[in-house]
Amino acid sequence: MTSLPTQTNKKLGLVIDLDTCVGCHACVINCKEWNTSGYGTALSDQDPYGANPVGAWLNRIHTFEVTPMAHSAKPRGQGVGEVIGTAGEARVVHFPKSCLHCEDAPCVTVCPTGASYKREEDGIVLVDEDKCIGCGLCAWGCAYGAREMDAAAGVMKKCTLCIDRIYNEELEEIDRQPACVRTCPAGARHFGDLADPNSDVSVLVKERGGFDLMPEQGTKPVNKYLPPRARTDLGVGRSFEAAEESTENADGLLGWIDRALSGTTRSKGAR
Amino acid sequence: MHPALSVILFTTLSGAGYGLAFVLALGHGNPGALSTKIAWFVALALIAIGLISSTFHLGNPQRAWRAFSQWRTSWLSREGVMAVLTFIPLTLLAAMSVFNDSFHIGLGYLGGIMCAITVYCTAMIYGSMRTVATWHTGWTAASYLAFSLTTGTAIYLTAFGPAAGSDSNVIWIWLAIVFIAIAWLIKYMWVRRGQAVGFGESTMESATGLGGIGKVRLLERPHMMGNYLTNEMAFRIARKHESKLWRIALVLGVILPIALFVLAIALPSANLFFSGVATLSLLAGVFLERWLFFATARHAVGLYYGGDEALVPAE
Repeated sequence: MTSLPTQTNKKLGLVIDLDTCVGCHACVINCKEWNTSGYGTALSDQDPYGANPVGAWLNRIHTFEVTPMAHSAKPRGQGVGEVIGTAGEARVVHFPKSCLHCEDAPCVTVCPTGASYKREEDGIVLVDEDKCIGCGLCAWGCAYGAREMDAAAGVMKKCTLCIDRIYNEELEEIDRQPACVRTCPAGARHFGDLADPNSDVSVLVKERGGFDLMPEQGTKPVNKYLPPRARTDLGVGRSFEAAEESTENADGLLGWIDRALSGTTRSKGAR
Repeated sequence: MHPALSVILFTTLSGAGYGLAFVLALGHGNPGALSTKIAWFVALALIAIGLISSTFHLGNPQRAWRAFSQWRTSWLSREGVMAVLTFIPLTLLAAMSVFNDSFHIGLGYLGGIMCAITVYCTAMIYGSMRTVATWHTGWTAASYLAFSLTTGTAIYLTAFGPAAGSDSNVIWIWLAIVFIAIAWLIKYMWVRRGQAVGFGESTMESATGLGGIGKVRLLERPHMMGNYLTNEMAFRIARKHESKLWRIALVLGVILPIALFVLAIALPSANLFFSGVATLSLLAGVFLERWLFFATARHAVGLYYGGDEALVPAE
């Protein structure tokens, strides 16, 4: 049934730390590896070793450059004016993106067959592949690009939050988390219940100021992102050369050479 | 958005079919005339061809029957349900005309209203998409309804009206001209809004949540090659030639049909020829309009692939 549950008992989801992600793509690969042999049909690739390889992936990493901007001043009380230039060094942010398991998931309600659904018990958004006709409307409805059609099976694929791992009692406890989280070498991905205010992930979101992607789309994503931390001041704008050229504190042999070559016999520190 | 030929054929052909059925269902055309009988057949055939072609883009068309189940939330499902239900009064009316030379005005009004609702459902599949800001407006449904009525009217007056013993053909032609003007005026409002709205409220900054730091630019895509998302949602070609293509659509859909319809009134002896070419030109214009409806639409996911920068040809 493609009506959304009014409330879910849990809100299982991911918290992704944009500060620690190093963009290694390990989560992308492990996601593909686990899910191509896990829930539902395989994640097929077309022309995988050819000139134009494409395939279905449930987790992808984009890399963005963010440049602080300077704004012209506006008359008092009118805020800032137009962008007049950069106001600091650009920084690179690696940005993993998979299904956000939205509370108000438009991909579910647009589905004409009932293949797309959101689970009442834990909030996970899934596709029943036996009911999916591959019309692609759910992918149109998703603002985040979380759904991709499998070209071989003709059904829609999406992140299952590794439903076949997190409840799998055959696995050791430490492995009962999504493949992307388990594999991340930087500890940039966290899994837990975001409905529980005392869960590790909820505390993390609270402490670090976790945010939603595209809140204006009204989807109420469960997954949260943690912003990059403020940069350590590396002395932007200060001339390194002036400091490097100074021989002020040279002593010992180098100090003697400096004094000898400068043609001065004044004692150290007098310059 | 990728303009799938099957969906363009479906929306234009079934739109014209519902428009023609609407005209017939309101009681135009003598039910005993052969021309009216053929018109009913053509209307139902256009609707059926459209519906069948819409299943061609499905990954698993053998399960298409399941699409009738989720009418509570899904406009696509509602559209499927309404399409099937609308066949009931339309087929009854067609059968009455073909076998009994008769017509029932109550059933006619019911069928006409259901035609309009079905076209509205088709339009709302797109109009309800918040992710595509260009589509997310009442103008989308208005333009689908207007083009459906306009093309249906043009087909009726050209191919069937005179022989069906309908009222003055000149009045029908003037009606078609007025419908053409209204439909394209609505389209103009849609295009003007669409070009201003772009990606809507969403930006690369809101998509990444990094706007607090500064201006966001895509440095690297997830993979070097395209993928389902970029092929489906970040269609490029139309953007480059957008204004040129809209001008061609205007010539085919407005200027030529109106000029030819006026000629048809002025030269009654060549009425059929001029009306016929006018209708064909109108259909070509609407077909191009529908292609542009998809091809120029910006989907929010494009923001993760560089926004408008990603939408211009890379070469």
